[in-house]
Amino acid sequence: MTNFINTYLPNVVANWEGDNGFVVAIWQTLYMTFVSAVFAGIFGIILGILLVVTTDDGITPHKNFYNILDKLVNLFRSIPFVILLAVIGPFTKLVVGQTIGPKGALVPLIIGTAPFFARQVQLALVEVDHGVIEAAEAMGLSPLKIIFRVYLKEGLPELIRSGTFTIISLIGLTAMAGAVGGGGLGNMAIAVGYQRFENDVTIISMVFILILVFIIQGIGDLLVRKLEH
Amino acid sequence: MVEKGGIIQLKNIDVTFHNEGKTIEAVKDVSINVNKGDIFGVIGYSGAGKSTLVRVINLLQKPTSGEVIVNDKSLTKLSVKDLRKERKNIGMIFQHFNLMRSLTVFGNVDFPLRDSKLSKQERKEKVNNLLNLVGLDDRANNYPSQLSGGQKQRVAIARALASDPEILISDEATSALDPKTTTEILTLLGRLNKELGITIVIITHEMDAIKQICNRVAVMEDGALIEEGNLLTIFGSPKKKLTKDFVNTSTQISSVLEEIKKSGIAGAISGRLVELNYIGNVTNEPLVVGLYKKFNVEANILFSNIERLQGTTVGIMLLALTGDDEKVSEAIKYLNELNVNVKEINIAESEED
Repeated sequence: MTNFINTYLPNVVANWEGDNGFVVAIWQTLYMTFVSAVFAGIFGIILGILLVVTTDDGITPHKNFYNILDKLVNLFRSIPFVILLAVIGPFTKLVVGQTIGPKGALVPLIIGTAPFFARQVQLALVEVDHGVIEAAEAMGLSPLKIIFRVYLKEGLPELIRSGTFTIISLIGLTAMAGAVGGGGLGNMAIAVGYQRFENDVTIISMVFILILVFIIQGIGDLLVRKLEH
Repeated sequence: MVEKGGIIQLKNIDVTFHNEGKTIEAVKDVSINVNKGDIFGVIGYSGAGKSTLVRVINLLQKPTSGEVIVNDKSLTKLSVKDLRKERKNIGMIFQHFNLMRSLTVFGNVDFPLRDSKLSKQERKEKVNNLLNLVGLDDRANNYPSQLSGGQKQRVAIARALASDPEILISDEATSALDPKTTTEILTLLGRLNKELGITIVIITHEMDAIKQICNRVAVMEDGALIEEGNLLTIFGSPKKKLTKDFVNTSTQISSVLEEIKKSGIAGAISGRLVELNYIGNVTNEPLVVGLYKKFNVEANILFSNIERLQGTTVGIMLLALTGDDEKVSEAIKYLNELNVNVKEINIAESEED
């Protein structure tokens, strides 16, 4: 086994430890993914809920507010991520003090993902049976209670499904952020594997990312199965 | 028509929708007075505005103009917060049940109680009592997806009753159910009306549902209330064409007439064809025999339907009367004197309808 690794993956072995090694890169990817997932998740859920409740047949319709928010979400979703990284550089520096490294990648990752997730949340919650919402209104529940007790409760399986989907595409973005200085497995694959012609590094970076994706998909599916009746 | 002091008073309700430049008058100047303890039926075809109208009662639908008074409070004048409080006094059940999929039967019935002052133990007792009341005590831990339509509607009824409402609105609650389950649900509603004294407003497009439990009926067409009265009056002597249609469909006389026309036996029927409608004790008199004995008029019974509505007999009969022309006319007069509503039917003529 050791022999096999040494023979076929020499550069992976050489790049395993150290500041720019695989171990650090894996941690950086996990850090970027989960920290931005938490923040993008919170912002996305808030924005998604606002979109659902302020739409025309929502529980607190507000045409102008909805239109502005809707356009903003579309606008941010339309900016290619690589360009977003560069454009919001000064803002990133203001918030986290640096534009490179995993920390510098967080701000663009959150800004790039939150609108995407907001749309997913909106689609998930719109699916909640309108009749159930009406029943809750007829029971005299306030809009806030309807959001927490009906929308988020009834829409939970669908929310987890879109959350899983969003985290997986977020992993894709961390790889992209990595390639332009964010670190992590993306950086490993491009800066080390691709640019130095160390193909084994590129392939193993990809394998690690795939494993991460499968684990997250598996957890998401498991949760959905447990929640759906 | 509107009397004073009903538990629900709708006064000159208008509901107008604006949709893509088009104006739709869903409800036009409707006034209704529902008394405490009534089972008030609103019947009409789909699109007649009845769903919109009942949603006005708890202001799920805000009327464009008009006043809604429930329990002597003018809901249209209440603040949002006070309105929510009043809504707890108006239970509602729906055609598609509208239960929470993510909650068990118990959780669904407990749902409206979450903000009540009851302790956990009291809530549990209350939910179990309600489930017992609707006959689902053994299903507490099932999810709605594991229940039949009738059972789901029972859960919805238990949930609607959880906040001890004085009024229950049923929005086409039996329309998605099979006839047998419909009867069961209606029987349950009737029982709740008697046992709890709850006032019920039912909207439906089925006259049979109205017939089974309502004591008062309103008929809606194109957003307007075209006829209103107690069940026996509406059923025994409907005035408007639509009302007659509903009654006829329910008694099946229209399909019998249709059959007579189609089968071509119209020509074979001798004598004069009359339709009789009667309410109450008339039925106890041997009508047909009486006609023969008194006037020597023979009555051939082509169709007869007798029902008990609210404990009163309501009958409809299709007779072919043969005999001396003068005598037949006398016989019809005699029937009229007995408070039987007689209508002569000309098959050839009615064909043009």
